[in-house]
Amino acid sequence: MSPGAPVAPVAPPVLALERATMRFGGVVALDDVSMELSEGRVTCLLGENGAGKSTVIAILSGVLRPSAGRVLLDGAPVALGSPRDARARGIATVYQNLALVPLMSVWRNFFLGQEPVTGRGPLRRLDARRCRSESRDALSTMGILMEDVNRPVGALSGGERQAIAIARALHFGARVLILDEPTAALGVRQAELVLQQVQHARERGAAVLLVTHNPAHALRAGDDFVVLRRGRLAARLAGATVEQLAGLMAGEG
Amino acid sequence: MVAGAPFRSGAGAAAVLNAAAPLGILAAPVALLMIAGEFDLSIGSTLGAAGMTLLLLTQHFGWPLWAALLCALLIAGGIGLANGWLVVRTRLPSFLVTLGTMYVVRGLTVALSRLLTGRTQLSGLDTTPGFDVIRPVLAADLGPVAVAVAWWLILTAAAEWLLRRTRFGNWIFAAGGAPEAAREAGVPVARVKVTLFVATSLAAAFVAFLQAARFGGTDALRGEGQEFRAIVAAVIGGTLLAGGYGSAVGALMGALVFGMVQQGIVITGIDADWFLVVLGTLLVAAVLFNDWVRRHAEAGR
Repeated sequence: MSPGAPVAPVAPPVLALERATMRFGGVVALDDVSMELSEGRVTCLLGENGAGKSTVIAILSGVLRPSAGRVLLDGAPVALGSPRDARARGIATVYQNLALVPLMSVWRNFFLGQEPVTGRGPLRRLDARRCRSESRDALSTMGILMEDVNRPVGALSGGERQAIAIARALHFGARVLILDEPTAALGVRQAELVLQQVQHARERGAAVLLVTHNPAHALRAGDDFVVLRRGRLAARLAGATVEQLAGLMAGEG
Repeated sequence: MVAGAPFRSGAGAAAVLNAAAPLGILAAPVALLMIAGEFDLSIGSTLGAAGMTLLLLTQHFGWPLWAALLCALLIAGGIGLANGWLVVRTRLPSFLVTLGTMYVVRGLTVALSRLLTGRTQLSGLDTTPGFDVIRPVLAADLGPVAVAVAWWLILTAAAEWLLRRTRFGNWIFAAGGAPEAAREAGVPVARVKVTLFVATSLAAAFVAFLQAARFGGTDALRGEGQEFRAIVAAVIGGTLLAGGYGSAVGALMGALVFGMVQQGIVITGIDADWFLVVLGTLLVAAVLFNDWVRRHAEAGR
C-alpha cells in the first residue's frame, strides 16, 4: 500500500458513521464525518485533544446520538439507545479506566456482571472452576499466559490489565472493539504488549477502532487511518508515514 | 452465667463465646456492608427499637408473640430500607445518613416507650403465651454455651459462602472496590447496597430477639455502641474501612477477640478500663495492617 492511497475496504463495513454531525449548543464538536470499521481490520482514529475523537467514541458506543447523520450496523441504520444497547449488539468499548476492580482477582473481574452459575435454588453459586479455566484460556488465546488467575488485577502490569479488558470484551461476543487511548499511560514495553493484543483481536475477526494521538502506535497496529482536526475529517488513508500523520493532525497536511 | 461449670478453663471459653456471639451476629453482615463500601451506624438503635417493639406489642398492647416478632422484623427491615434508599439516592456518605438514623431511631424508641408506658425498661416476655415455642430457638443452652453461639457460627458461614461463592458476593466486592467499574460491567450496585443495609438491620432485630428472650425483657437503650463495636470487629478481622476487601470469617475472629479481651479482663480481675486501651491499640494496629495488605495487593510490578 502506498502512502496516501484511498481506503479500499476488503470486507463490507460492520459499523459505519455516515455524515455525522454533533452540536452541543452552539459548539460543533463533529462536523459531517464519515468513517467505516470492517471485519478483521484495525482502523486508527487520530487527532489532537479536542479534535472530536471522544465524540466519535460516544456516538459509536451508544452514549450520544448524533445531531445529524447516521450510524450503520452491517449496512443498516441503527439507533444505539444506550451503552448497554450497543454492547448487546456486539459493540464493546474499552475505556482507559478498563472497568476493572483492582482488589479483585483476574477471574472475578473477567466474569464480573456475567458470572456463570451452577447448582439450584439456595445452592446456586458461582461456577468458580469454569470461571478460572475460561478466563485462563481466553487470556492465552490473546497471547497472555497467566498461570495464577487468582491474583488481584491491581498487581498486574498496565499491559496485562488492558489485555484482560480486551479479552473479556471478545469473550462476551464483541464484533466491534473500540479502544480509547489504550497505550496512553504506558511505557514502551507495555504499549507493545497492547498493540499485540490489537493484532490478536484483528486476527479473530473483530472490527477494531483504535483511538490514539500517537502516530507511531497507529502505524504499528493499524490498517486504515482516519485523522480528525477540529471536528472535521482531515484525511482517510490506507497507509501513511509517522511524519504524514503527525502533519495531518497538526494541520499541515 | 459461668457459675457451676466444673472446669475453670471450659467455663472461661464458654463465657468468651457467649459474650462474643451477639456482636458476631452483627459483625458478619456489617463486614459485608463495609466490603460493599458503606457503613451502618444505626444498627445499635435498631436493636433497641426492635426489642422495645417486641415488648411493647406483647406486654402493653397484648399482641400475640408471633405478630409482635413479625412487626419488629418489619420495622427493622424498614429502617434498613430507608438507610439504603437514602444512601443510594442522595449519594451522601452512609456514615452521615446512618448517624442521623441512629439518633432518630434511638430518640423515637425512648420517647415512645416513655409516652406509652412511662418506663424505658420492660419485662415479662418469658411469661408471654407462646414463649415456650421460641425458647429453644432463641434462649436455649447447648451444653455450656448459649444457642446464640450456634446462630453466630451458622450466620457467619452463610455470609462467607455468599461472599465467596455467589454472584451476589462478587458484586459486593465490586460495589465497594470500584463502583464505577462495577456499574459499567452491569452490576446492580444500588440494589446490592440496599439489600445489605436491610441485612444489617435484620441482624440487629435478631440479636434483639435473642437478648430479649434470654433476659425476658429489654431496655430502650439496649444496643448502644454496638454499631461501632461491630465495625471494629470487622476491621480487626481484616475488612478495609474503604471497602472492596474483607471477610465474614474475619469478622468472627474480630468478635472473638472482643469476647476474649472482655472476658479475659473479667476472669483475671484486671481493671476494666484496660479493656478500652487494648481495644483501641488493636484497632489502630489492624487498620495499619489492612492498609499495608491493600497497598501490597494493588502495587503494580
